[in-house]
Amino acid sequence: MLAFIVRRIITTIPVMAFVALFVFSLLYIAPGDPAAVIAGDQASPADVEKIRASLGLDRPYLVRFAEWGFRVLQGDLGTSIFTSLPVTQLIAQRIEPTLSLMVLTLIFAVTIAVPMGVIAAWKAGSWIDRGAMAFAVFGFSVPVFVVGYLLAYVFALQLDWVPVQGYTPLSAGLWPWFRNLILPAITLGLVYIALIARITRATMLEVLQQDYVRTAQAKGVGQREVLFIHALKNAAVPIVTIIGIGIALLIGGAVVTESVFAIPGLGRLTVDAILRRDYPVIQGVVLMFSLVYVLVNLIIDLTYTLVDPRIRY
Amino acid sequence: MPNSIALHSAPATLPEPGIAPLPGRWTRFHRYLRRHPAVAIGGALLVLMALIGIFAPLLFTVDPTAIATSRRTRVPSELYWFGTDMLGRDIYSRVVYGARVSLVVGFSVAILSSIIGLSIGLFAGFVRWADGIVMRIIDGMMSIPPILLAIALMALTRGSIQNVIIAITVAEIPRVARLVRGVVLSLREQPYVEAAISNGARTPRIIFRHILPNTFAPMSVQATYICASAMIIEAILSFIGAGIPPATPSWGNIMAEGRALWQVKPHIILFPAIFLSITVLAVNLLGDGLRDSLDPRLAKAL
Repeated sequence: MLAFIVRRIITTIPVMAFVALFVFSLLYIAPGDPAAVIAGDQASPADVEKIRASLGLDRPYLVRFAEWGFRVLQGDLGTSIFTSLPVTQLIAQRIEPTLSLMVLTLIFAVTIAVPMGVIAAWKAGSWIDRGAMAFAVFGFSVPVFVVGYLLAYVFALQLDWVPVQGYTPLSAGLWPWFRNLILPAITLGLVYIALIARITRATMLEVLQQDYVRTAQAKGVGQREVLFIHALKNAAVPIVTIIGIGIALLIGGAVVTESVFAIPGLGRLTVDAILRRDYPVIQGVVLMFSLVYVLVNLIIDLTYTLVDPRIRY
Repeated sequence: MPNSIALHSAPATLPEPGIAPLPGRWTRFHRYLRRHPAVAIGGALLVLMALIGIFAPLLFTVDPTAIATSRRTRVPSELYWFGTDMLGRDIYSRVVYGARVSLVVGFSVAILSSIIGLSIGLFAGFVRWADGIVMRIIDGMMSIPPILLAIALMALTRGSIQNVIIAITVAEIPRVARLVRGVVLSLREQPYVEAAISNGARTPRIIFRHILPNTFAPMSVQATYICASAMIIEAILSFIGAGIPPATPSWGNIMAEGRALWQVKPHIILFPAIFLSITVLAVNLLGDGLRDSLDPRLAKAL
């Protein structure tokens, strides 16, 4: 068992190495010469060369990658060109809103999507099933900012139920924090719900045809118990897998949702960094999001091996 | 979606030979559409959007980039059907011309990423020693969320339609490559492929004759989903200012334009949002319909 876990952990190393190489190359091939920028307009070419040498920018690609990678491993993501602050500090400042939004969306989406998929599979072909699947197609098709503005217009501007935009930190109280995040979480969750509900329904349809489900029903086990205990438990692996993979959707969607709802999180940091061509920040955010994504999926895979002894890598 | 699942999987369009002559091309096409309404509806909406894009200059539009400060942020009226934006540009004209950008980006990305992904997938599926390396690279690319990958690539270049297409294509290639590789690996085990190998068929012949045609069904379904995803990513890139130059009418750009004023002038965002949603919906319906009709096994499941 330990060997399997170790092997699975080791497989993430080349993946993260590739991501690091990609992220590093981003800065390497980015237009603009950092040495010239630092030296300023008055500098002579010799001065620029001196600065280049002092920054180590004249050394070969792989040497610079190794140095950069070593610094990253020590938690140093470089310095923002625009604000001159360390990138790790910028990320730390912005992480709470994004993390709040994503965790809330995750909880909200899973609580809605899984029962939706289970019921759709149970009542396959009925109007409930068709309605749920129509909703899923809708969720895939309406872009996240369209949903965002629509919800904000109706529930914040017209009905005035929740604040229109902005973010209140968790330290200011649970309810103000939650109120600000309701609409963004629904907005961000729609695609995610569509994805999870579809996979849940598909997996459940397969599981419900198994012999043990028929046996349970023949024994007279209650319908709800059959669905949620016998069937859902056995359908859990693909569902949990898609929840993990779908986090990529959440990360991409967060960038947009934060723009729509003026939430000062990592998504906004990314957008601002792009507009200012602040490459170290872009690097840092991409690297961090990818690391989170890889780690979440690693943890999910490892949980399987603990929960279901049949699964081995 | 029809609930009679059995109907889907039955090879109903195959009449017994000798009893009745094979119906004409058109008849079969009509029957297919009736059996798969999602394909019919999605296809029709998509054709409509394409016609709107192609005939944009004839649809009572004015120059979509013409700025006139005297008529800024007008609400929809008889004169300006969808109103005007902050620079006084006619939103109806911009939305109609915007169909071109969305469709060009969607189709280009779908075609390009299919061709490149197919080549990589075939290569990985056949050249066994390269498979490990290729798959590690693909795993690495797939661990960067696609929108983030496209954003990072756009940060390297100027905003232009070509660059947007390239950035989204790069972000979508891994999905196709992985799909094709999976199909190739399972097809290689098929008896007819083994038979071809034992008959002395060379690798190119096996690939083009026996493997490639069998990748088309899953590929075409995947391509429609990529088309939909590309349209959304293009709109997102333009919306956050990392996409197509702001003057070019694209749905994402029009919405970006309306962002500052959305609380008082929601019409600026409303119309491009409706067009974008309908177009993506059309492509998704087409994809679902194709999947159901090409792969009856999946039709039951999803």
